Amino acid sequence: MDAVSLKNIHKTYDKGNVIAVDDVSFDVKKGELFGLIGPDGAGKTSIFRILTTVLLADKGSASVAGFDVVKEYRAIRNRVGYMPGKFSLYQDLTIKENLEFFATVFDTSIEENYDLIKNIYDQISPFNDRRAGKLSGGMKQKLALCCALIHKPEVLLLDEPTTGVDAVSRKEFWDMLKDLKQQGITILVSTPYMDEANLCERIALIQNGKILSVETPENIVKAFPVTLYAAKSDNNYKLLTDFRNFDAVASAYASGEYMRIIVKDEHPDSITLLKDYAEKFGNRNVEIKIIAPTIEDNFIWLSQKEANH
Amino acid sequence: MKQLFVFIRKEFYHVFRDKRTLLIMFGLPIAQILLFGYAITSEVKNSHISISDNSRDANTEQLINKIKSSSYFIVDETSLSEQEIENTLKRGNVRCVLVFPPNFGNNLLHSGKAQIQIIADGSDPNTAKTLINYLTAIIADYQQEISPAAVLPYVIVPETRMLYNEEGNGSLNFIPGVMALILMIVCTALTAVAVVKEKELGTMEVLLVSPFKPIFVLISKAVPYLVLSLANFTLIVLLAVFVLNVEIKGSILLLFLVSTLFIITCLSFGLLISNVTSSQQTALLLSIMGMMIPTLIFTGFMFPIENMPWVFQVISNIVPSRWYFLIIKSVMLKGLGFAYIWKEVLVLIVMTLALLGVALKNFKIRLE
Amino acid sequence: MEEKVIICNDLTKQFGDFYAVNKISFDVYKGEVFGFLGANGAGKTTAMRILCGLSYPTSGKASVAGFDVYKQQESIKKNIGYMSQKFSLYENLTVSENIEFFGGIYGVERSEISMRRTDLIERLGLEKEVNKMVGELPLGWKQKLAFSVAIFHQPRIVFLDEPTGGVDPVTRRQFWDMIYEAAAGGITVFVTTHYMDEAEYCNRISIMVDGRIEALDTPENLKKNYSASSMDEVFYQLARGAKRSDN
Repeated sequence: MDAVSLKNIHKTYDKGNVIAVDDVSFDVKKGELFGLIGPDGAGKTSIFRILTTVLLADKGSASVAGFDVVKEYRAIRNRVGYMPGKFSLYQDLTIKENLEFFATVFDTSIEENYDLIKNIYDQISPFNDRRAGKLSGGMKQKLALCCALIHKPEVLLLDEPTTGVDAVSRKEFWDMLKDLKQQGITILVSTPYMDEANLCERIALIQNGKILSVETPENIVKAFPVTLYAAKSDNNYKLLTDFRNFDAVASAYASGEYMRIIVKDEHPDSITLLKDYAEKFGNRNVEIKIIAPTIEDNFIWLSQKEANH
Repeated sequence: MKQLFVFIRKEFYHVFRDKRTLLIMFGLPIAQILLFGYAITSEVKNSHISISDNSRDANTEQLINKIKSSSYFIVDETSLSEQEIENTLKRGNVRCVLVFPPNFGNNLLHSGKAQIQIIADGSDPNTAKTLINYLTAIIADYQQEISPAAVLPYVIVPETRMLYNEEGNGSLNFIPGVMALILMIVCTALTAVAVVKEKELGTMEVLLVSPFKPIFVLISKAVPYLVLSLANFTLIVLLAVFVLNVEIKGSILLLFLVSTLFIITCLSFGLLISNVTSSQQTALLLSIMGMMIPTLIFTGFMFPIENMPWVFQVISNIVPSRWYFLIIKSVMLKGLGFAYIWKEVLVLIVMTLALLGVALKNFKIRLE
Repeated sequence: MEEKVIICNDLTKQFGDFYAVNKISFDVYKGEVFGFLGANGAGKTTAMRILCGLSYPTSGKASVAGFDVYKQQESIKKNIGYMSQKFSLYENLTVSENIEFFGGIYGVERSEISMRRTDLIERLGLEKEVNKMVGELPLGWKQKLAFSVAIFHQPRIVFLDEPTGGVDPVTRRQFWDMIYEAAAGGITVFVTTHYMDEAEYCNRISIMVDGRIEALDTPENLKKNYSASSMDEVFYQLARGAKRSDN
């Protein structure tokens, strides 16, 4: 049985004028760490709200922990842990008060499922009497996770938990998720950051309400259909502009230190060809190599393919 | 049940940790009562008055000297002409004008009876009334002095007249008015804001997803404000009784019962507002527009409803605080019992049920 | 060799006995894309406020676009542009009105505004959207428009606060194209962010930890020096020991 399942889910807002979720289907297996990856406005939050039963889909069906999101919403509400995107706890309550409150709301106590949250809670319990409003971003996030876990949910739904959190806290957060997965909890997490995709077992790439692909991160990268070249020089901007004017280049875009280049026709000597061309136009210290595509490269490829349809 | 208790306790934490809300809640009634109270009932000393003496005899002179020697009055002018009376009052130089008719002394000595006219600036009815009382007392005192034998006393009949607000409306009206206003602010605005805050924080979403019954969210939000409002109400009553010396003529129990009813009316309205808004600002604005302003205008404590155009009179009927104001006035100031106010109470009950019904019906178990 | 547009020497900002910014020194060159990184609470925002002329330092020296941060704050403000992910444009004004407004507050001549506006709209391909409310545009377009508006008055430096967080990758690439183009045109770009993938696009990066600059180099050299495979790792090594966090 799948822990989460969506079948042809549609959701529109503003009397059908804004399409938020467009025929989305995917399944999350029991005990899986599944990532929903896409930019702001892709429809991630709507999907989460449909799964947590606080929003009704226009069409399609979905289930969480084996229960239908419409008919059996009460059963779901007992079984999911949920961190909404803008969730920020009660700023004027202390760590302990927040946790106790959510424990009671879910009809349990901190002690009952202490094992589950122990590892996370131990990191913040020294500050038990500090108000949530006075905590750092990383600590708030840990507390929020504790609150979502307090009733030992079967499925954990985390909507953009790492947005606005610094790199150190983000890394710690993903480590915590891995721990939770070890304990058998199914986790569906969304993020706009492509670099976090590799930390999931499987991912769904989503844009404009449409799923572009559902795969393991490795397979998504493997499925990249063409060779990707990376290039840099003393003046990357000039090099980029020059390549864009080159007939043999299908697309060229900036991507950090090395820009990415895709050529129109694969050729064993593409590197030499590109290099010669670049040097002819006065670029110095040109370095060109074949590079493994990242999730982000794939996302760009897939969304451009989608756009050309 | 334990869940509900914990939830309500949490609400109390919110309230007691938010110093600003607390200040509004308890500072506002104190400030308003004292402000209204002292502006109205404080002793009037050194008030400027003018006298129009059309008789100029020994008696008028004696009486004028007596007034001059009292600590209450400063006499600016003693020979005001009749034409100048109104102008002086209009300019606001003096609060009151004393008019001796011609032949005042003659009348008094020969027929044993003379008239005197006191014209007061009624735009501030309470000061005017106080001044009139002082003047009448001084005149009565003088009357005693000149007729010691008291066989056939000389009688001076003061004929008082207030300009600009002939009935002197407004004396104690402000206390029921302030009560209505404050309960309104505390219950409606603060309850609405408290619920909407959860939406803004994103906690509402989590609560909806929890097994906690949505209706309990509303109850838990309402209970602390009900309690606080009752505390607030007690505070206002105590202030009125002990600081402003207002006598509560009717049953205190009845007063509390009808106030509880009115508080529930306001809470229902607050919950209704919270259902249709999603930001604290909108909620606050709606409570102010929807409740406070109508309370100020349509309850009759600042502007008499009878003087309004009929449209406004009709509108005033749908403002709950208008009915509450009538009830409180009857019970507190006139000492009337339930038999006299049941109609108003019934109107409030119907309004409350309607508001509560709509609020509960609109409360969403989902987001939209 | 190159012209320095930002010069900082022992710049310090103290709140009581708390050093929000503790003796930081660095230079930024003309046309450079400079990444200003740090964990939450490391002092990034405070430092950037000083450089934008919004707050006075406690001690140390700094100049921005040749103007002193103590005495010439007004001149600094005229010569910089600013864009953040949180606030950029007025959602309930049209594209055209936003351009006019921001051009206007920076004192660009009327005739000049309308000329540059036409040019800008054409470059962004927004001809059909000129009279649409900015709120109706897709996020990516808003972002690109916001950047164009931030450099509309042709400032010498533009400060970008987490400019591409949450934007889709295609738009992000286009956005960085615009940044590089601006930099190639001589505008210095100062990016504050705590997203490392944004950092990789910068020419040089400084990393702040607990009010101090702990590292400053090109992304390539940083990765080499810290034997890390990604900027994420470099950052993690440096910031892990941080004692401070935001409040």
